[in-house]
Amino acid sequence: MTQIKQLETLLRQGKISRRDFLKRAGALGAAGAAPLSMLGASPAFAAKRGGRLRLGLAGGSTDDTLDPGTITDFFMQVLTHAIRSNVTEIAPDGSLVGDLAESWEGAPGAKEWNFVIRRGVEFHNGKTLTAADVVASLRHHIRPDSTSAMKGPLEQIESLRALSPRLMQVKLKTGNADFPYTLTDYHLGVWPEDESPLQGTGTGPFILGDFEPGVRASARRNPNYHKEGRPFFDELAITAIEDASARSNALRAGEVDAINRVEYKTANLMDRLPGINVLSITGTGHYTIPMFADVAPFNDVNVRRALRWAIDREALLQTIINGHGAVGNDLPIARHQPFYNTSLEQRTYDPDKAKFHLKQAGLSSLDVQVSTADAAFSGAVDAAVLYKEHAAKAGINIDVVRESSDGYWSNVWLKKPWVFCFWGGRPTQDQMWTVAYQKGADWNDNHWYNDRFQSLLLQARAEVDEELRREMYWEMQELHWDEGATIVPLFNNFVSGVSSKIATTGTISGTAEMDGYRATERWWFA
Amino acid sequence: MGLLQLVAKRLGFGLLALFVITVLISLGVEVLPGDLAQSILGQSAAPDTVAALRRELGLDRPLHVRYGEWLFNFLQGDMGTSLANKREISELIGQRLLDTLFLAVAAAVVAVPLALALGVLAALYRETLFDKTISMVTLGFISLPEFLIGYILVALFAVQVNWFPAISNITPDMPFLSQLYASALPVAALTFVVVAHMMRMTRAAIVNLMQSPFIEMAQLKGIAAARIIVHHALPNALSPIINVIVLNLAYLVVGVVVIEVVFVYPGLGQLMVDSVRVRDLPVVQACVLIFGATYILLNLTADILSIIGNPRLRHPK
Repeated sequence: MTQIKQLETLLRQGKISRRDFLKRAGALGAAGAAPLSMLGASPAFAAKRGGRLRLGLAGGSTDDTLDPGTITDFFMQVLTHAIRSNVTEIAPDGSLVGDLAESWEGAPGAKEWNFVIRRGVEFHNGKTLTAADVVASLRHHIRPDSTSAMKGPLEQIESLRALSPRLMQVKLKTGNADFPYTLTDYHLGVWPEDESPLQGTGTGPFILGDFEPGVRASARRNPNYHKEGRPFFDELAITAIEDASARSNALRAGEVDAINRVEYKTANLMDRLPGINVLSITGTGHYTIPMFADVAPFNDVNVRRALRWAIDREALLQTIINGHGAVGNDLPIARHQPFYNTSLEQRTYDPDKAKFHLKQAGLSSLDVQVSTADAAFSGAVDAAVLYKEHAAKAGINIDVVRESSDGYWSNVWLKKPWVFCFWGGRPTQDQMWTVAYQKGADWNDNHWYNDRFQSLLLQARAEVDEELRREMYWEMQELHWDEGATIVPLFNNFVSGVSSKIATTGTISGTAEMDGYRATERWWFA
Repeated sequence: MGLLQLVAKRLGFGLLALFVITVLISLGVEVLPGDLAQSILGQSAAPDTVAALRRELGLDRPLHVRYGEWLFNFLQGDMGTSLANKREISELIGQRLLDTLFLAVAAAVVAVPLALALGVLAALYRETLFDKTISMVTLGFISLPEFLIGYILVALFAVQVNWFPAISNITPDMPFLSQLYASALPVAALTFVVVAHMMRMTRAAIVNLMQSPFIEMAQLKGIAAARIIVHHALPNALSPIINVIVLNLAYLVVGVVVIEVVFVYPGLGQLMVDSVRVRDLPVVQACVLIFGATYILLNLTADILSIIGNPRLRHPK
């Protein structure tokens, strides 16, 4: 059975083809025992109704609320997708499809967008969804006293109107060809305009039952869900389990059907257990080490280049995340994302090149401080210490400053000139570059203000011609690869533990863990 | 001084202590880096959303104003609402307090009689193989961190043989016996942790007394060893035993956050840790008051019981 599992892993990672898989599984006499879901069997006829999906999730806290604007962690991200729908949705294959919107159209220049709302969608309380509900839900985030994390990203909206019960018009301050992607954000679920979001009414696949923040939530199937046949589970029960060992024990003991955030160091062991599959999916999440490009010594591009060649990414991949990820190429964009620049050389560990760039900067050695804490990502302190060792070979002395995890995001990140950081990534290049690399962005953690890069970012945003956009994004990536101030050493996988009783379509979304937060409507009991 | 006067005086000091604790907690939470608005918004905090959230939560006012307002409401019996999730604190804490007490009582019901029995037996058969075995085993459990005991129990009884659930996912509408069953492993883990302490104190207190003249007298009269211990030594050893039992009972209420995390038990400890993390001061205050009051009341009970159990204190000259 272990061999079959290895084959499945290889298949998932794309290292062998489906044909190979079948041949080799057949040689083991076990093809029939292998879950067909892994082979991309169509869900339409394979999926089965029924059962109670029990999830054990990290990322729940007693301060969670049903207000989507302040959602920050995984428990609520999954729950909000279970009870609410967005206007648009990223399908498991990465394409953009309508959720509440049936279709949409951008006016030339991408400054005006019209969304046609699906006919006959019902809220859990029986009210029929109209464009006014969508508008009210979006306004919740952009009102002046908004406490929503989406306030900044939605500032691009100039006006928001329901033209008719089924037509929403959005006018933007500047053109944005990716605006429909913005509406897939997990904060942007829709609720009835005459209710508070705290009541938990939505149009989602499940109707909220109990909700005890930081403890549990339960929900039952929405029989009037607008996606035909979905969801497949009759009931949903989510338990907040912060402790990683407690999570894996609950899965092993059969008390939950799936868990998130399997620890990298135990993922391979878990995969060998009978009855449990480990889903290790490359998403957009990545670790970064941003430096302030306007603070010495980082204001010298050669120092930045030296620091980028002085980190052994492959070693970090193996030691920090046990191989569950991919090396980064100093771009915050994952390889599978649209317009990824495939022509750039992969940066490797090269102390000689680092020394060369140091010399270019007129230095023979360099003393720098980097701030780190495990709040940045689990293993960030170890990663910093390893980096220190790598860099020492290039004559760079890194002083690792261990900060307190408590308050790391408010007191260290964006404050200290060189820190360890984590980004969940964004579905589009524009969103990622805008949120952390655009001049003046609240969360610009690198202060790298290359004029050409900044103007390309604005141009590409409004450009609707795909080929021209590709050229612009490629140039931006090249600029960032060559001169940027952020080191991106690793992309980390989402690693979930899933009972073998659960079947999936075989195409698992890389947008977020648990099939883009939507396991509750995309998976079923085999 | 009569018993009632003593109780009244101790209660008065207890209230004073609780008041001082609330002041210290307010100052302590204030000194911690960051505030609730920043913690709620996390990495995504932008200056204007943080400011808006602070205004909404009233965090833009100085500490003494907020503390005064809280104290004023609290004295009228209103614990306020959680800043983080806007729910009534009484509602937030109610069920969790019951769950915490349920776990503590269940563990105490198992652990206290077990510890006393083992302690008496160990004193009776002191310096035998039985005594030494008990000593070694209990000392072993004292030395193990409690989360390790928890993990071992889960690995053996939930994962290997599947007799008990690995997580104690108890809900208010569960029948009593199911709750008990779901809490079996945390109760066992807590029992292992506290039995050793109480048992060793029982044994030590009795063994200590065995050298006293009145025990020698009893031995010379030819009374059986078991009777000497239970009827003559134990009543005189009660005072230290009660003290250590009460200390452990208090621990069962206030000190079990690690066990709660390991078994995903929805108790007060987890709530308090979460609230400190997000700097939700009213909830922290409420939890601390409950924990503080538990300590003070249990200590008071210990003193009263000691007095009742000791004729010299009961009838002072």
